[in-house]
Amino acid sequence: MTAIRVRFTKLGKVRFTSHRDVARIFERALRKAAIDVAYTEGFSPRPKIAFGLALSTGHESLAEYLDIALPESRDVDATEVPGRLSPALPAGIDVAAAAPVQPGDASLQESVTSCTWRIELRDTRLEAADRLVTTALAADELMLTRIRKGKEVTDDLRPAVLSLAIDDFADAGPHVALLAELATQPRGLRPNELLQVLDPEVEAGSVLRIAQWVARDGAKVEPLVPREDSSVVRDHPQHLALARRRSPAVA
Amino acid sequence: MSSIWLRLEHLLGKVQKPARYIGCEDGARAPDHAPHKVAWLLAYPDTYEIGLPNQGLQILYEILNERPDAVAERTYAPWTDLEEILRAEGLPLFSVDTHRPAGDFDVLAFNLSAELTYTNVLNMVDLAGIPVRVADRAPGDAVIGAGGHCTFNPEPLADFLDFVVLGDGEEAVGEVTEAIAGWKDAGKPDRRSLHLALAQVEGVYVPALYEPTFDGPRMTGIAPVDPRVPVTVEKRTIADLGAWPYPKRQLVPLTEVVHDRLNVEVFRGCTRGCRFCQAGMITRPVRERPAEQVKQMVADGIRRTGYDEVALTSLSTADMSGIEDIVQSTVGCGDNISVSLPSLRVDAFTVNIAADIQSARRTGLTFAPEAGTWRMRQVINKLITEDDLYAAVDAAYSQGWRRMKLYFLTGLPTETDEDTLGIATLARNVVEIGRRYHKHPSVKVSVGGFVPKPFTPFQWFGQNTQEELFRKVNLLRDELRKDRQVQLTWHDSRASVAEGIASRGDRRIGRVIEQVWRNGGTFQEWSEHFDLGLWTDALAANGLSLEDVVYRHREEDEVLPWDHLSAGLHKDFLWQDWRDALDELGLEDCRWTPCYDCGACTGYSIEHVVASATPPAGGSQGTGQRVVVRSGAG
Repeated sequence: MTAIRVRFTKLGKVRFTSHRDVARIFERALRKAAIDVAYTEGFSPRPKIAFGLALSTGHESLAEYLDIALPESRDVDATEVPGRLSPALPAGIDVAAAAPVQPGDASLQESVTSCTWRIELRDTRLEAADRLVTTALAADELMLTRIRKGKEVTDDLRPAVLSLAIDDFADAGPHVALLAELATQPRGLRPNELLQVLDPEVEAGSVLRIAQWVARDGAKVEPLVPREDSSVVRDHPQHLALARRRSPAVA
Repeated sequence: MSSIWLRLEHLLGKVQKPARYIGCEDGARAPDHAPHKVAWLLAYPDTYEIGLPNQGLQILYEILNERPDAVAERTYAPWTDLEEILRAEGLPLFSVDTHRPAGDFDVLAFNLSAELTYTNVLNMVDLAGIPVRVADRAPGDAVIGAGGHCTFNPEPLADFLDFVVLGDGEEAVGEVTEAIAGWKDAGKPDRRSLHLALAQVEGVYVPALYEPTFDGPRMTGIAPVDPRVPVTVEKRTIADLGAWPYPKRQLVPLTEVVHDRLNVEVFRGCTRGCRFCQAGMITRPVRERPAEQVKQMVADGIRRTGYDEVALTSLSTADMSGIEDIVQSTVGCGDNISVSLPSLRVDAFTVNIAADIQSARRTGLTFAPEAGTWRMRQVINKLITEDDLYAAVDAAYSQGWRRMKLYFLTGLPTETDEDTLGIATLARNVVEIGRRYHKHPSVKVSVGGFVPKPFTPFQWFGQNTQEELFRKVNLLRDELRKDRQVQLTWHDSRASVAEGIASRGDRRIGRVIEQVWRNGGTFQEWSEHFDLGLWTDALAANGLSLEDVVYRHREEDEVLPWDHLSAGLHKDFLWQDWRDALDELGLEDCRWTPCYDCGACTGYSIEHVVASATPPAGGSQGTGQRVVVRSGAG
């Protein structure tokens, strides 16, 4: 074993921290939890940890991933990691599961092919939201002009919208919300960009990443190899209720 | 009393760096508000990144929350983008701990560490929905207070502050709490009764109870308006730092801030006697923390916070008794722990300590010779010879450091162009030494404009004009233009002028600060917001001039705006030290030599707390040099 992959949440006030902030939070948490980590070489050694797709500052998530490189010939029991890391992390960031990264596994950045999102629409009536969904799904193309690397790029987002529906979960809160599976490859589609193409007037409320997906042997699975003996799911009553409905991987 | 979080939450998606406003730090307390408790909102009048690490506020935050009669939360200046949204939405300044409106607290207390933040104080009070002027406040409005180094001349903020604490806050904050609790129990009657109660607390100055007199442009005196109020307010000094092992749970922010590391204060006070240095004058005497307590705080702190960098803080950490041992112990607290010693002394001994601690990250080292020639350094009592500096630099290069940073001041008393250009000579010689060890040594030279401060021997000195500071910087730029290995950076001379207005101004400067603020002058510490025009316009509108407030030499018998306050230092001691400065005469560090009765110990019946009876390697200035100094009396 050379690395451990963990799945963690980013919920509540901590959602306003940046990707870089989260990296630093984990560096400190690993030291607090006294988990041995491989360090980079050089003048300023840093723990070797690798995050997957960046989550925009302000979005929440039930499914963030992190690979932690371990020192040579050091065996860490993956089942212990959630229990040791979570108490060292701020409220809202909880390590829910951990498993060894299998030799030959692609990096998180490369392997994730799509994400499932819950996107609240502020001040939008259910009928209006329903119309947006119906129109989008019926459209042959959804053209949007975006700034990419300083250049204006216009492309069709329709292929990246893998699924789109109204969230009909009863206790979802005061705002109507969409459930959307959006591709991350070849070109990623962000929740805010989806809203922009659906209706530029609609403002996003809270945005929650429910799951990230990788393609393995033709199947869509979560990036954390689900093996009974090494994967641990800890109990988060308020979020698991939500998660269980959405994502079969969080079982 | 309730949180505005639900109204704030979606607005945070629209601002830069929203993590500034969420709190959630490791070490943050869950405040337990109750009607019988005095609720403090501790405020830093600049951004979260600058304010959160402030050790003074963190210490008070813990002490107050440990008291049964108090509760404390924190707030920082919202950046202009959020301020605009708050004003548009009708939302007030709030605490970051529970997002309660600032106006719901009993006390809003500011740390004042930099004069250019004063306009932010007014802005935050206004955002809290509280009248900015004491005279306009109703009994129910929050009490506005301040502490920190700048309060040794609080007159520019006198119109806006209900109370000011001079000196160490550890003990005073409890007594202020009791005074406010008594007033609160009485149903918050008129504000005058609150002011009288606060003025009974030692170290507390209540500006509204004092009135200055003027004769034309000149201040002639300042006296209490009530016989129950002390004529002179003395600062507070805790005798034993070991009795106050705070912060016990340093706040670990979720987002990056300045000084983002474990900070452990190893001693307070400094008697090196650098004449430009207000901190060294007003925090006397030296009080070392017991070495064992330092080690314990470091070990506990590393374990709890997960930080891998520790700063051992003080005004000159290499002077700490047994510093090598403390450093060794700190490094031994874990793998890859790096230690930083802010305020390094300039000598080889210090470099050797640095070598012990920076085995892993030996990148840059900073020294502060402060002036370019030996003559100039005698004037300012920074008694480092060129040989000291070169030996230190040689030691540093030879032990693997590649980048040197040198700090200097310009605009010092008696400074000639030769002194200014001496900075360039020193920098070039440092590059030459570096060439013996590296192909491309890099030397960064940082030059600040000197601003005279209250309670220093230079308090009588007329600050260099903006044009003169600008000319001196240009002189250096021209001189170093062809030296590609020396990188020169300098402080904006215009900001030094504004700082000078607030540093030694009297009560009339309050109207200037208010006008700068009303005309949009917030975040004056930030170059993108600083505007000297706002300050000079406001001065002119109030019949004041830069010449009179900033550039003028003060007379020996002149009343200074802070004469009714005391940092323990005798005014005649400071005057003598000023004369000695002009005579280029140094003064020894009294921690290891006989007392010369500056007043900071004798006035308060306290003493230095220094574990080692002998000075560090090389004499009382630590430099190994024989220098002409004025000795102590005893």
